[in-house]
Amino acid sequence: MARHFLQRFLLTLPALWLVLTLVFLMIHIVPGDPVEQMLGEGAAPGELAQLRHSLSLDQPLLTQYGHYLRQLAHGDLGQSFKFQAPVRRIIFERYPATLQLAFLALVVCAAIAIPAGVLAAHRRGRAPDRAVGLFTLFGLAFPNFALGPVLILLFSIELGLLPVSGRGGPANYILPAATLGAALAAILTRMVRAAMLEELSADYIRTARAKGLSTRAVLFRHAFRNALIPIITILGLQFGTLLAGTIVTETIFSWPGIGRLTVQAISARDYPLLQGCILVIAVSYVVVNLLTDLLYSVIDPRVRLA
Amino acid sequence: MKASLNSLRDFLRQSILARVGFAAAVLLLFAALFAPWISRYDPASQNLPARLETPSRAHWLGTDELGRDIFSRTLYGARVSLLVAVCVVCGCGFTGLFVGMLAGYAGGWFDRVVNLLLINAFLSFPGILLAIAFAAFLGPGIGKVILALIITGWAGYARLARAQVLKVKELEFILAARSLGASNTRILVRHLLPNILQPILIQATIGLAGAILAESTLSFLGLGVLAPLPSWGAMLNDARGHLFDAPHMVIFPALAVMTAVLAFNLLGDAWRDWLDPRTRSQMAALEYSR
Repeated sequence: MARHFLQRFLLTLPALWLVLTLVFLMIHIVPGDPVEQMLGEGAAPGELAQLRHSLSLDQPLLTQYGHYLRQLAHGDLGQSFKFQAPVRRIIFERYPATLQLAFLALVVCAAIAIPAGVLAAHRRGRAPDRAVGLFTLFGLAFPNFALGPVLILLFSIELGLLPVSGRGGPANYILPAATLGAALAAILTRMVRAAMLEELSADYIRTARAKGLSTRAVLFRHAFRNALIPIITILGLQFGTLLAGTIVTETIFSWPGIGRLTVQAISARDYPLLQGCILVIAVSYVVVNLLTDLLYSVIDPRVRLA
Repeated sequence: MKASLNSLRDFLRQSILARVGFAAAVLLLFAALFAPWISRYDPASQNLPARLETPSRAHWLGTDELGRDIFSRTLYGARVSLLVAVCVVCGCGFTGLFVGMLAGYAGGWFDRVVNLLLINAFLSFPGILLAIAFAAFLGPGIGKVILALIITGWAGYARLARAQVLKVKELEFILAARSLGASNTRILVRHLLPNILQPILIQATIGLAGAILAESTLSFLGLGVLAPLPSWGAMLNDARGHLFDAPHMVIFPALAVMTAVLAFNLLGDAWRDWLDPRTRSQMAALEYSR
């Protein structure tokens, strides 16, 4: 088991290295002088030189890279220009809001996808299956930046049921979570359907039916329990994707999380803050994937023995 | 020509979804190609007295906050979306094919390094996050959007190409070509490439949908094509400020994005099913049972 964990962790290292390196190199692909871009055209030469020095941009590239890695090892993500505060502090103030939203979206996603997928598999080729198929097709094609405004239009403006934006009470969570979770619900529904179809065609299901068990017992006590393993994996992997999806959703609903912070950093050309946000989201994604993989091997012995 | 038309007819006969996808893709292409002739207004021309008008005879889909005709902008938006999507898919496809074929064919340490350090690492986090980051640092503009999406999207094609090469290179005809003295380049280009191209093309069809979605997302965040060039994502971003007074600004670009994504997703899925002998036999059985 420990060997499997170690192997899996080692496989994650190239991805982490790539994230760190790409984030480091990003400031160097800014057209023109990144320092001038940050301070604006009217900045005094002294200010430019000072900022260039504080970002180590006056050093050779390799020295900068070493300095950057050392800073990261100390948990230092630099200083934000827009907020005049350490990037780490700003990000970790906003991070819980993003995690809450992503977690709720995952709940919405599972609440839609699991019953829909089980129903579609149980009624394969019939009207419910076709209806679920149609839902997944549209769910995949309707992006969250289009769905969000449409949901606001419908539930906030036309029906007046839910607030448009912000993070006040529980009602504020519904539309952002639905927007974020909808596309993933479509993907997960397909996965649940496929996993259930595979289980339902297995011999032990035929035996269970031959024993005279009810359809409900066959579906949920036997097939669904075995189909859960791939479903949990997909849920875990989707949690990482949700973190990335928050950039758009948080912008639409003015949600005070790390996604909106990323967009604020982009508009303010606050490159250290932008680098910090991208880094934290990407590393969270890699870590969540790793944890899902490890969880997968804990619950399914075939994986670690393979 | 006749054989191609027959194949197309057979492909379209396989399912209603294939027909819907094909029809939507043709419609989109038609809109993009003939936008200057179909639209009645210049998509960039402003008409402030007619701002935020609801759909009418003069403006079929209404106007935006600057009085620009939404129908014309939606049509021209198809041009931008398709242009970006085709360039991104070509760029990703060529890069992915090149890297994946080389890695798969060479094998050994080169394959391990490319596969583990590059392909796997690039696929380990969501492409759209990296694309947002690259676009944010590169700055907005159509060329930069294409570049950002190619940088972050090639790895999927490379993985597929590598897997196909690993499978095909062990077949006897490759051994025969090698024993006849064919060079590595000749084997790669003349023998391997034609035999691995089909799954790549299917992936590219579905990739068109992904690229349209990604371009719209970047434009929505203000990182895509520059104004006054119309883009569906940017139109949706403009519409956010007018949800109360001009809801029509949201509906039409949203429908346009959905139609385009649906079209290429359906086409790709239908094509894959068509080429998969197992699905084809199921389809034939269904036809027979009717």
